[in-house]
Amino acid sequence: MPRGWRSRPISLGLISSMLFLPGVALRAQALPAEEVVAQALQVLFYPGNDMNARVRMRLISKEGSERLRELTLLRKNLPEGGQQRFFIYFHRPADVRSMTFLVWKHPPRDAERWLFLPALNMVRRIAANDKRSSFVGSDFSYEDISGREVGEDTHMLLREETLNGRPVFIIRSVPKDERSVDFSYRLAWIDKENFVLWREEYYDKRNELYKVFSADEVKQVDRQWTTVRRTMKNVQNGHRTEVTFLEVSYNIGLEDSLFSERYLRNPPGRWIR
Amino acid sequence: MQVHFASLLLAVLVSAFSLLAQSAPTSGNKKFPLRIHGFLLGNYTARIDDAHPPGEEGGRFLWADERLRLELSGDTAKGNLSFLFKGDLFHDAVTNKVDGVVREAYLDYSRARFDVRLGRQIVTWGVGDLLFINDVFPKDWSAFFSGRPLEYLKVGVDAAMLHMATPALNIELVVIPFFEPDNLPAPGRFFFFDPLANVSNRTRSEPANTAGNTEFALRLYRRIADSDVSLYAYRGYWRQPSFRPDQLPLPTELQGFYPRLTVYGASAQRNVGAGLVSVEAGYYDSQDDRQGADPAIPNSQFRFFVGYQRQVGSEFTVGAQYSAEVIKNYDAYKQSLPPGFPLQDHARHVLTVRLTRFFKYQTWKLSFFSFYSPTDQDALLIPEVWHAFSDRLSLAIGANIFEGRRPTTFLGQFDGNDNLYIAVRFDF
Repeated sequence: MPRGWRSRPISLGLISSMLFLPGVALRAQALPAEEVVAQALQVLFYPGNDMNARVRMRLISKEGSERLRELTLLRKNLPEGGQQRFFIYFHRPADVRSMTFLVWKHPPRDAERWLFLPALNMVRRIAANDKRSSFVGSDFSYEDISGREVGEDTHMLLREETLNGRPVFIIRSVPKDERSVDFSYRLAWIDKENFVLWREEYYDKRNELYKVFSADEVKQVDRQWTTVRRTMKNVQNGHRTEVTFLEVSYNIGLEDSLFSERYLRNPPGRWIR
Repeated sequence: MQVHFASLLLAVLVSAFSLLAQSAPTSGNKKFPLRIHGFLLGNYTARIDDAHPPGEEGGRFLWADERLRLELSGDTAKGNLSFLFKGDLFHDAVTNKVDGVVREAYLDYSRARFDVRLGRQIVTWGVGDLLFINDVFPKDWSAFFSGRPLEYLKVGVDAAMLHMATPALNIELVVIPFFEPDNLPAPGRFFFFDPLANVSNRTRSEPANTAGNTEFALRLYRRIADSDVSLYAYRGYWRQPSFRPDQLPLPTELQGFYPRLTVYGASAQRNVGAGLVSVEAGYYDSQDDRQGADPAIPNSQFRFFVGYQRQVGSEFTVGAQYSAEVIKNYDAYKQSLPPGFPLQDHARHVLTVRLTRFFKYQTWKLSFFSFYSPTDQDALLIPEVWHAFSDRLSLAIGANIFEGRRPTTFLGQFDGNDNLYIAVRFDF
């Protein structure tokens, strides 16, 4: 097991005891679909006040050829309005090694993105209006890795069922501005108790399934539900991306000043290993 | 000297690999944090036109080399002291010579409020896309026009950089004791306009390495109203040489020198609507010819540009820039211009366009960049196809197409140098 884990697998005992807490289940059932999606967003993209993770992405083609992205991800939540800052340092592949990437996310406005190119020692700000562009050539779009705003879609609770032994809500989300995205609607399987997003299906403009997200391993790390392995698969062309959090820790005291041009140009050795 | 240098680099390389071999069992150990990376690059640029400059370097190929990049870096356990070395060992296939160059070699020291970088380093400032106003650091235009990878446009300086960070303001100060000129296309490989081409007796003297000649570049920056705002100041030299004839109209000797230059400027960048807007301006104060009466020295100038960039679809980004250079004391320049020399316009306007489109999970990239000057009526078009076969192996094929109504304008003079380039790169 990699160093850095302060975690344990989902305790089956804990889950089954929660099932017998009627208050929890009843409250969850009474939640409107928007609220469930908002909670799921919180669990997937906002756990802790801040986070440091070593992330490996395997980009695998239908034929099985594989590309690798490995990066350190630093994230900090700001107090207001779902604002977040991300600092990414690329370890692999070799041609982007030591590139850094900074994102200031402040919904509903477009995020701000800065890329540092070490070969030119140059910081380039980049236009970030298309949230559906691929993140580093993977099956995940920028929105898939940083969260899609609840208000961008209309959400409807379709039904409740059990997925792999977990009680889930199935929610259908339809974009309000369908021209802004590459899907016509999506279905989400969200855990009724801990709001983990277990599965998500994206349907294209012809209403055919084309992308499937799955949470392959979920653990509590520093008391935060953490999807440490996830996959996004394009079922139409067979390409998929598997993401693994090799190390992750929360509430480590990242300073606001870290998310700045200074550290973009001179990455903080303390956090990047 | 050159051979000596190459063998030195080779020695560094060999010892680095032996170190790596020794440390292999503990390479993941934080006690021995030396990292070794680099690439192999094959880069070949052929002329499209049949005509080529006379001389042994003026053949079919404008550029041809095989190159090993070696990058060594390491840091202390706390991460506040680190070093980086980037050097190239290459075989120039045009001249059939082996040589080496240190691209960067520096030490970094960081504390809570400041960073210091000491040594050979590349510095890039400003918000332009291949337009430079407050980036007063040396550039290799010959590399850029020869179809070499973009990173070779920038040349390192031997300098000290101090970065001070306060909550209100960031300050970057670069002190450059050793002058480094731009590398411009040379007559052996390029066709270009030279009004005194028949004068072969030329000297060139760089500013001496004295305390008084030290260059200073200062940048202050912070965020104001959702914008990244920078102020700049520079005291140093024009990086492109001026030539003074010993006599006119028939000179026998040209003395090359680098006149003094001071630059003041500012830039800002922010999201506007769905796009990104950049503006930058600078005043070039030509210290040695403030009246504009010396034809050998460039006049003072005012330069600015405004740029806009946005994504127009998935994986498709479009950018455009408009820039102008306005000559100060234009009448004095006009009156002092010797007969036979081409007259520059009072203002030179340039438009640039960049299109970038990725395909197939970003393993293919089509890009197009163009400079076009409506005042000079000239242009440079750079289409490129890039493909990554794997994480390590990539290929770029592109072209530099120069167009111009007159052979005396900035881009028009290169009209005979249209070229097609290919670069194969293996990263490790």
